[in-house]
Amino acid sequence: MTGDYKALKLIASSNPHIRSNEDTRSLMLDVIIALCPALAWSIYRFGFRALIAAAVSVGAAICWEWLYRKLLNKPQMFGDLSAAVTGLLLAMVCPVTLPYWMLIVGNFFAIVVVKQLYGGLGKNFMNPALAGRAALVACYASQMTSWIDPASGWAPLSLRGADVVTAATPMAQIGENFAGLTEAYTAADLFLGNTGGSAGEVSALMLLLGGAYLIFRKVISWHIPAAYIGSVALLSLLFPGGNPAVQYMLYSVFGGGLMLGAFFMATDYVTSPVTKKGQIIFGVGCGLLTVFIRKFGSFPEGVCYSILLMNCTVWIIDRAVKPTRFGVDKSKKEAAKK
Amino acid sequence: MAKAFFGGVHPNDMKAATNEKAIEQLAPPKQVVIPMSQHFGAPCTPIVRKGDHVKIGQKIGEFKGLGAPIHASVSGTVAAVEPRPYSMGGNIMSVIIDNDFQDEISEEVVAPADPDRLSVQELVEIVKNAGVVGMGGATFPTHVKISGGIGQVDTVIINGAECEPYITGDHRAMLERPEEIVGGCCYLAKMFGVSKVIIGVEMNKQNGIDSLNRCIAELKAPVVVQPLHTRYPQGGEKQLCQAVTGKQVPPGGLPSAIGCAVFNINSVCAIYRAVTTGMPVVRKVVTVSGSGVVEPKNIECPIGTPVAELFDACGGLKDGTWKLVAGGPMMGMAQYTADISVTKGMGSLLAFAEKENKVSDNPTCIRCGRCVEACPMHLEPLYLYLFVQKKRVDELNDYHIMDCMECGACAYICPGRLHLTQSFKAGKQMVKDDAAKKKAAAEAAKAAEEKKGA
Repeated sequence: MTGDYKALKLIASSNPHIRSNEDTRSLMLDVIIALCPALAWSIYRFGFRALIAAAVSVGAAICWEWLYRKLLNKPQMFGDLSAAVTGLLLAMVCPVTLPYWMLIVGNFFAIVVVKQLYGGLGKNFMNPALAGRAALVACYASQMTSWIDPASGWAPLSLRGADVVTAATPMAQIGENFAGLTEAYTAADLFLGNTGGSAGEVSALMLLLGGAYLIFRKVISWHIPAAYIGSVALLSLLFPGGNPAVQYMLYSVFGGGLMLGAFFMATDYVTSPVTKKGQIIFGVGCGLLTVFIRKFGSFPEGVCYSILLMNCTVWIIDRAVKPTRFGVDKSKKEAAKK
Repeated sequence: MAKAFFGGVHPNDMKAATNEKAIEQLAPPKQVVIPMSQHFGAPCTPIVRKGDHVKIGQKIGEFKGLGAPIHASVSGTVAAVEPRPYSMGGNIMSVIIDNDFQDEISEEVVAPADPDRLSVQELVEIVKNAGVVGMGGATFPTHVKISGGIGQVDTVIINGAECEPYITGDHRAMLERPEEIVGGCCYLAKMFGVSKVIIGVEMNKQNGIDSLNRCIAELKAPVVVQPLHTRYPQGGEKQLCQAVTGKQVPPGGLPSAIGCAVFNINSVCAIYRAVTTGMPVVRKVVTVSGSGVVEPKNIECPIGTPVAELFDACGGLKDGTWKLVAGGPMMGMAQYTADISVTKGMGSLLAFAEKENKVSDNPTCIRCGRCVEACPMHLEPLYLYLFVQKKRVDELNDYHIMDCMECGACAYICPGRLHLTQSFKAGKQMVKDDAAKKKAAAEAAKAAEEKKGA
């Protein structure tokens, strides 16, 4: 077209006129991709039931969100994949043997009660997947704490893992019988994921791979995982529950749900502080609480509750830690106050 | 070593479309439409009438208060003096000149006998009469910046960052006219009485940096080139000062508060031309680019050239062009009509025919914090957005919304596709309205009290 441009149908909107390619959907997709190694390991270790459980959980999460928004006549947003991530994460923090209907109940709590009732994406104050897990632990304590022992037999095709011998998780043993734990599993076993535990939490290696992918893709920053894992490592080194301290520290970091929690749960955008400084405070808080619960609490594992508790403090961290206003010298400001 | 400010975003710079194309001279347009508002401040008053004969460089608009004069960019007859659409939105009084293609130069254009012997006062006067403004888009009158800064400014910075995507006019000027840039810097150094002038250039223009350095060495000019990291908005005045000096301009303040003065490369060239040839600002280099332009180019044309002529010179627009932007893609103004003309501040003209502006049906904040990280003014856009939605003026003040310079970095990076910049414009207006209302109420109360007392 040349000469006459009067026929152009123009849109006049505010600047900026270009946008980054990254959107909520692409970020959530990256989280799903990052969870794949851990999911693959759990299928390899616990059998195909792990895959089916994950599929059921994702399906349930999406269905609950769809149903809630349908009933309340709100626009459908499951395309942003945030519900899928919640469903997948919930399956990862439950035992593989958990009955499917319990997963559906857990997703109801996660999606409908925790996420949608507070206003949907971006408005919930707790991590939905962890809150769903907490609800399941409260309702179905025994099913939520019976773990199959992957060492009892490699069962990639087994759909009913429930026949396999049950075993305690490393975190249940670490407090009472650290020596026994070190006999049963080496630190390498914990790192690779040859222990009992929730579907997605057992392999520190696979979770580290996923976490590295997220940091590489700039989906998350290193601040929360580093502060969280670092403070747990430091505290268990300083106050070991067994000898030698370094070994205790390694078992504390690689056993249990710390890797999954630090890379995938504590970094949830909605329920973590927005500033980098705030994120470090948040991560250290999670680490402190985790060690406290593990050492003094009646639960063997503290990752889930420590993150949920810290979620509740995010609003005050955000208020306390604001970026320094441009052009204001912090030292001068404080001097002026005095 | 390269320097940078804190924050910012890295949009795809899209400069490859035009950065190797030399600046072309546009065939003289048949008619020019010269808006009487091409600077920050009140519009100029036209001093010519329909039927008058004008020559290139002749003053046709006189300013009052804060402003800069406007000159005829072609010779010919004034066809009309009437309001016409212009690039900042709405209509503005414009002088329309039919080109007689004689290219007669006005008698007002007189080259100083010996430019190097001019006093500071004379130099500032020349800049003022030449109508030089901040030609990067802010269009602040340059002579005001100079006369206000003399005595306060110890660091003169030339903005060659050109951080907005697509735009390559400054880059081409560095390659093709380095002597104008370096020469202009020398006059600025003289006016401010500083021993050196710093040109900040982003490192995606390495050949531009080399070209300037060669010219500086040849002329032995008191100029240094400071490479800057490629990051938007590196060319923001306050960000540039921070990158170059490490100092931050206080809130609500001007760069002169920390002893800095910032000038655009284009303005420096304009100063050089005005001092050496006496020619005021009558031409402008415009980068015509974007997915809707058939053959993107850098074009130099008379001020007031209808943009349609620029598009024609670039092979026209593609079918399905849905957006025209005067200025860069981050801070430029979207146009509702193609019936506008080139002004002093229009560094680029973009036409989009693809999906450049990705929108969401349900913009939703996921609190990812990317906006906080990107904000070059260290604000928290997500909270400002929330407070604008809820019309909470006190909180908007607490979170310093008036510091926002509407650079668009937060909205660019937002994965939830919130209309952040747009809502901050509304929020700033809310704050201003509220302040005006409070002031009026206070005055009314005072008046009532006085009445009572009397």
